Amino acid sequence: MLALKVNKVSKIYRLGEFNTSSAFQSVKALFKRNQEEILNNNRTQEAQSNLIYALQDIDFEVPQGQVLGIIGRNGAGKSTLLKVLSRVTSPSRGSIQIKGRMASLLEVGTGFHPDLTGLENIYLNGAILGMNKREIKSKLEEIVEFSGVRQYIDTPVKRYSSGMQVRLAFAVAAHLEPDIMIVDEVLAVGDADFQEKCIGKMKTVSGEGRTVLFVSHSMGTIRSLCTRGILLKNGQMAFDGSVEDCIDGYLKSAMLVGEDGSVPEGMSLLNNGMGRITKVGMFNQEGHIEKVVRFKSDLPISISFNSASYAGPILIGIQVKNVHNDKIVDYVNSYDQSSIAVEKGISELEIKLDNQFLPGKYYLDLTIALPNGEAIDSIENALEFSVSNLGATPELNYNSTVVNGYVSGKASWLMK
Amino acid sequence: MPDQKWDRVIEPKKGWFSLDLAELARHKDLLFLFFKRDVISVYKQTVLGPVWFFIQPIITSLVFTLIFGNMAKISTDGMPPFLFYLTGMTLWNYFASTVTNNANIFGANQTVFGKVYFPRLLVPLSNILANLFKFSLQLIIFLGIWIYYTSTGRVEPNVYAWLLPLNLFFTSCMGLGIGLILSSFTVKYRDLTFLVGFGVQLLMYASSIIFPLSIVSGKLRYILLLNPMTSMIECMKFGFLGQGVVTPMYLAYAYGFSFIILFIGVLLFNRKETDFIDSV
Repeated sequence: MLALKVNKVSKIYRLGEFNTSSAFQSVKALFKRNQEEILNNNRTQEAQSNLIYALQDIDFEVPQGQVLGIIGRNGAGKSTLLKVLSRVTSPSRGSIQIKGRMASLLEVGTGFHPDLTGLENIYLNGAILGMNKREIKSKLEEIVEFSGVRQYIDTPVKRYSSGMQVRLAFAVAAHLEPDIMIVDEVLAVGDADFQEKCIGKMKTVSGEGRTVLFVSHSMGTIRSLCTRGILLKNGQMAFDGSVEDCIDGYLKSAMLVGEDGSVPEGMSLLNNGMGRITKVGMFNQEGHIEKVVRFKSDLPISISFNSASYAGPILIGIQVKNVHNDKIVDYVNSYDQSSIAVEKGISELEIKLDNQFLPGKYYLDLTIALPNGEAIDSIENALEFSVSNLGATPELNYNSTVVNGYVSGKASWLMK
Repeated sequence: MPDQKWDRVIEPKKGWFSLDLAELARHKDLLFLFFKRDVISVYKQTVLGPVWFFIQPIITSLVFTLIFGNMAKISTDGMPPFLFYLTGMTLWNYFASTVTNNANIFGANQTVFGKVYFPRLLVPLSNILANLFKFSLQLIIFLGIWIYYTSTGRVEPNVYAWLLPLNLFFTSCMGLGIGLILSSFTVKYRDLTFLVGFGVQLLMYASSIIFPLSIVSGKLRYILLLNPMTSMIECMKFGFLGQGVVTPMYLAYAYGFSFIILFIGVLLFNRKETDFIDSV
């Protein structure tokens, strides 16, 4: 049995000032509409037309009881897809077939009225999701219990913290027994305990044969919760399959740097004209890019930075991330009281990271900033590297079959 | 995969005439809760609460009595000025707040509409209910004062007073219709929100509230009668106070016109609700 079937759904948005335009522009647009070409939602390209695909021919089916993770970079179309699914906006093309009742949790405080109390909002929210008063009443105790806001239940929600609002909103959505539950990145607001509670709840919900669609940037959460993943890229479906492969595909697709270490123009997160990173890589003695390093061996990173207008001291920040996309170590030259200054034009930087990483795969974000912390250029997933079991010297081979964490700790070991 | 039965199909745009009444009916609990929300949230954190609903028409009528009655000496056709203005204002206030509340419906509910789906028409309907609630409180005040004047023999009501429910119904149609038509444009053209407030105020002067229609003659009278509210207010004044210009023809026109406005309003609103969030 399918819970959801999405048939070639596209959503086209108009860029620029259209929405608040004057009547004149609106009339003009009426005549132009058919001639305009619709662009892919590829933000790295200069827009030629002002119509853009936020979603393009999205096509998939979800069987009942499946937990589907939807991942993609910012602007890939995840939230648009959820909006179309939850009927907040209509698709431009294509159709969606739904079986059963659907509850969606988009952003903080879904459908809450700030002046009403928590309790009144539970009823309002339940009714919005299509429940009647009796059904809500029977679930009320569980909702209040789960949300943990019992003390504040008679207080207007405008006085709630954003965390409390999310807790209450999630509690309502999860306990109203929807057949399909849609959860956007909202849980990020709650604390770790509550997130865990929510994930546990979503697992239970799916165990009861309900379907969950879940969007998150936390690959760890996606991995632990979902059985299947969909990867969106520039509004198109880039991958559909097992969650492991999907996450792998996501991290790969997020790699922007070419095989020779050169950074294509327009690929950085910022573009303020002050300067940009043109090359980044881990090169071996022969000048080839190295992808695998030995346990506890050196981690040399070369960076070319082309300063267009700035000359002076800079901060270099490097964050190493694990395969779940969690940042685990932060390197900044100021931590080591090392000051680096650049001239106008190309500067070559040579950085040697202290390699304490345990065997596994790692990704690296790179930022170059002004001394006050304002970023000049920043590249996400600039590098990918693996640490192997082989040690820098044979005594350092990593022999344990399990890898306990990501970084080997340093301590002094004494016998008394 | 064999074909299976789906509960719902989401498609690009609905047709012009796809009002799903069954779905509206399924959400009747929500309608009630919205109504409650609209009423409660108005006087939350106020000391006087619903008493404000009483104060407003009384003060306005007093001011009108002072300015238009005593100072400008505009005729009230021999009716007691205070009651004369109160009669007009009671029905007019209901109409005016229905229009202004509904005209800005997408803006005011942007956060809710942007996150969850429910039949959007519930919001204007609950608006109407909340305004009806307010109206009924104001009607109590009006009736109290009217009974006092009637008992002293200063006004002579007639059977036209019983047309009040009908007038109320078509005033609702008119207010809702105009509000919905405006709402589907205010989304895109914010200029209209400025216009609505003072447009409604201007319309009041074209609705025989501060003057009796009987003092207007010729072409101007017909222009005023184009506005359906004129006939309905005249009808209320005639029924309760015994003076007013009413003919079945005028009323039939007013009722018919209101209904057509409502029809157009619902069509436009229904058309707009699926993708308004993209243009807010």
